Amino acid sequence: MSLREGEGEAEAPDHPAPPERGSDVSGGFGLGTLLRLVGGQQGSTARRRGQDGKPVLPRFAEAAREALADAGARHDLAESVGTARDRLAAATGEPSDWEELRTAGAAIRDRALLDLGTHLEAFERAVTDAGGTVHWARNASAARRIVASLAEDGGGEVAVADGPVLREVRLAGALAERGITVRDAAGPEGRDRVRAARVAVTGADFLVADSGTVVLLEADGAARACLTLPETLVCVAGMDRAVPSWADMEVLLQLLPRTAGGDRLSPQVSAWTGVVPGDGPSEVHVVLVDNGRTRILGDEVGREALRCIGCGACSAVCPVYERVGDRPYDPGGTGPSGPIGAVWTPLARGVDRARTASLPFASTLCGACAEVCPVKIDIPGLLVHLRGEVVDARRNRSVPTPELAVMRGLAWTMADARRFEAAVGRGSRWARLVARGGRIRRLPGLLGRWTEARDLAAPPAESFRSWWRRHEAARRRKG
Amino acid sequence: MTARDEAPRRAAGPDEEPARRTARDGVLRRVRGALGAPRRTPVPVPRGYLTRLTGPEAATRADVVALFTERVAALGVAVRHVGADELATAVAAVLWGWEARRIVVPSDLPFGWLAELDGVRALADSPVLDVPALAGVDGVVTGCAVAVAQTGTVVLDGGRAQGRRALTLVPDRHLCVVHADQVVGAVPEAVRRLDPALPQTWISGPPSASSPGGPPHGPPHGPRTLGMLVVDD
Amino acid sequence: MRVALFVACVDDAMFPGTGRAVTSLLERLGHEVVFPAGQTCCGQLHWTTGYRREAAGLARRFTGVFAGAGTVVTPSASCAAAVRSSYRSMARAARDPELERDAAGLEVYELTEFLVDVLGVTDVGAAFPHRVAYQPTCHASRALGVGDRPTRLLRAVKGLELVELPAAGECCGFGGAFAVKNADVSVAMVADKVRHVRDTGADVLCALDNACLAHIGGALSRLRAGVRVAHLAEILASTGEDA
Repeated sequence: MSLREGEGEAEAPDHPAPPERGSDVSGGFGLGTLLRLVGGQQGSTARRRGQDGKPVLPRFAEAAREALADAGARHDLAESVGTARDRLAAATGEPSDWEELRTAGAAIRDRALLDLGTHLEAFERAVTDAGGTVHWARNASAARRIVASLAEDGGGEVAVADGPVLREVRLAGALAERGITVRDAAGPEGRDRVRAARVAVTGADFLVADSGTVVLLEADGAARACLTLPETLVCVAGMDRAVPSWADMEVLLQLLPRTAGGDRLSPQVSAWTGVVPGDGPSEVHVVLVDNGRTRILGDEVGREALRCIGCGACSAVCPVYERVGDRPYDPGGTGPSGPIGAVWTPLARGVDRARTASLPFASTLCGACAEVCPVKIDIPGLLVHLRGEVVDARRNRSVPTPELAVMRGLAWTMADARRFEAAVGRGSRWARLVARGGRIRRLPGLLGRWTEARDLAAPPAESFRSWWRRHEAARRRKG
Repeated sequence: MTARDEAPRRAAGPDEEPARRTARDGVLRRVRGALGAPRRTPVPVPRGYLTRLTGPEAATRADVVALFTERVAALGVAVRHVGADELATAVAAVLWGWEARRIVVPSDLPFGWLAELDGVRALADSPVLDVPALAGVDGVVTGCAVAVAQTGTVVLDGGRAQGRRALTLVPDRHLCVVHADQVVGAVPEAVRRLDPALPQTWISGPPSASSPGGPPHGPPHGPRTLGMLVVDD
Repeated sequence: MRVALFVACVDDAMFPGTGRAVTSLLERLGHEVVFPAGQTCCGQLHWTTGYRREAAGLARRFTGVFAGAGTVVTPSASCAAAVRSSYRSMARAARDPELERDAAGLEVYELTEFLVDVLGVTDVGAAFPHRVAYQPTCHASRALGVGDRPTRLLRAVKGLELVELPAAGECCGFGGAFAVKNADVSVAMVADKVRHVRDTGADVLCALDNACLAHIGGALSRLRAGVRVAHLAEILASTGEDA
């Protein structure tokens, strides 16, 4: 694991297939043109290598294909997703005011995010007043540096209660590389190791701005031990997790447990403010991690994603996630994954790489995620927004992508009813030529991905509008 | 919170402070840059949710306490109702059932709770016991700050009869005494009773493995056996 | 009453029977159907695939064609959802307040909403002697929230036996461009959907979106499952004489 910038992710530059010579998109446009254009775009499933020879992270569709091929893993995944879904449905179906809680939760998060600077400063002030120290990490490597330096001060051994932010900044590996002994608080010897450690590291779920309180929910108590026993506590938190006031916890302490684990309340919740004299660590640090969050905040539409409280319910109900699991969304294991990951990663990292650009398309936009999200993030809406960003980024290329040509051609055709009717006529004559028994069983090019497993009904001889003309004429005669 | 004034303050060391400051200002500048002009009014929060438990479950105080008992039991906690005059006997009975020989208690635990102990030595956490000493006892007895019926939760905040957090973390068994008037219906009622300046531990049943089917886990942290006595006042 | 029919472009070209069915159903119920001839496409495919500029152009066109048309009825749940909810996002993305205003001025109903809410009928006098399963497509159930309107209409059809589809609420895996961009996942999803459809023993699977039906029906046809797909409008239009 590397400490350098760039997160060690070699990603392929996105090379579009060259457009077909002479493809005529401004003139007559029919199904034939469409097939010719998209035919060149079919991706290879072979593992690509980057210019430096490192294997590049696969695009979603390719990684998904690999995941689908693993029947055993698929079975286990379907089973665990099924259990999570049942628990989620039971836990969110119970409170009669669940919708009101979601509405309040969304507003609480927006209130924090739309004044994030003010809230973070208030949080810092409150923590400092309570004897703690707040650190600010611009990116993952800054976070690692801060934690490593605190760990070295504490004797070079740390107990770590793993969590999403720690994985995001690749903390454990980085500490180990610096010669620091990392003890997993949840591991087989975790209990004894935490008891012996002088320094412990945890994540955090919420940062209460007006009181300086850190709130952490968990099942196994590993973080509770880490924040209680060692002398020094380092808490690494996404800086988006600010909550304006302690009173707001009455909402979030209902939303998160029910959506995260299907519990009425998580088995263990810890909330603490700075250093508590005579109780717990005598040194408390909170590391606020940016790492792409201000970039997300700068996107007026996309900033809604920062409401996320990390429950994972969107994954539990996602029919795509259910079949492919985490890896295609998040091959590096730095999260987040699932539907929110398909939004978060491109927002935080941009869409100029093939992998991040493929994520917004990894959804049928079925809307199951938005329906369960405890803070009402419109994930399908954000996916569409990001698809727009991906397409716009590609518009500026000197040669248009084949897809752009097709979509422009379609829009041009649809911009005039007569053009549309003529194209339908040409397309259906052509399609009926390849149909057998009213079905098309094989199409060339990218549309061949359709006919690999699905027939296509042959188009009819008469479109609706030409039937309508006959119908209207008949009606007039009668009438 | 006058004790805070004596808290050791290790801000970033003298060499680190300028770097901390620079990073802080940089992040805050970027946050403000991302948001544009500051908002004049904060986003309003529609609070149409219930702030207390309603319905038949909460018709009377007794119903709320009964719901607490039911939910706690459903989480795998051995729970019993006792009258105030039976408390000492009930505490002794639970400890006897655990075959406990040595227990630890917060130094301000009401003396009467332990009046009936027979053959059990109670160590007060004063002077402060170290972790090996806490690991060597057979259990801990405390009170709580508030309990939540709807979720079957007890909350400890270091207040009277609760002790510091390590006390209820390290021993393997925890007997928590809940007075009926400490039981509230729903989470908002508990949040409103609690002071965020105090260190809180919300306990809803014994700890469980975090990810079923995940990598092998060690013994969970926190007492694996929870007992509760609800004192009907 | 007078109803302007919006036939989705895909239905116009590929599934003209659906538009014919809506026409004959509404005429049978005594209403006048008109077909604004300038209509083409609502822009949904462009919008959901990321072609915002083109989508906004088509949306402007659509609002122009249907401005002043009064009550608009469409058999496509996803197109109704696009006009009713996505147009606002399209207008905002295009910074086009005029489009937002024009879109808000349209009165677009999906067919079952129109029948149940506006006309107040659930028994449309249809007869269809078959075992039928209903797939609540994602746009119909989540984006539009048609709820039980379709099943109430189906239950009133003479001779029709409505069978329950297991895991009905799960997406079939179509998703527009998803079906080709992520074909493997799409096929894995439709495979499960097809299994559930076959388990019901239904002869016919119906829905409010022909694109989803083409996807499920394409897989059923490849497997020669002996289940055919039909838009719900075609069932409601049927009087049993041709069934």
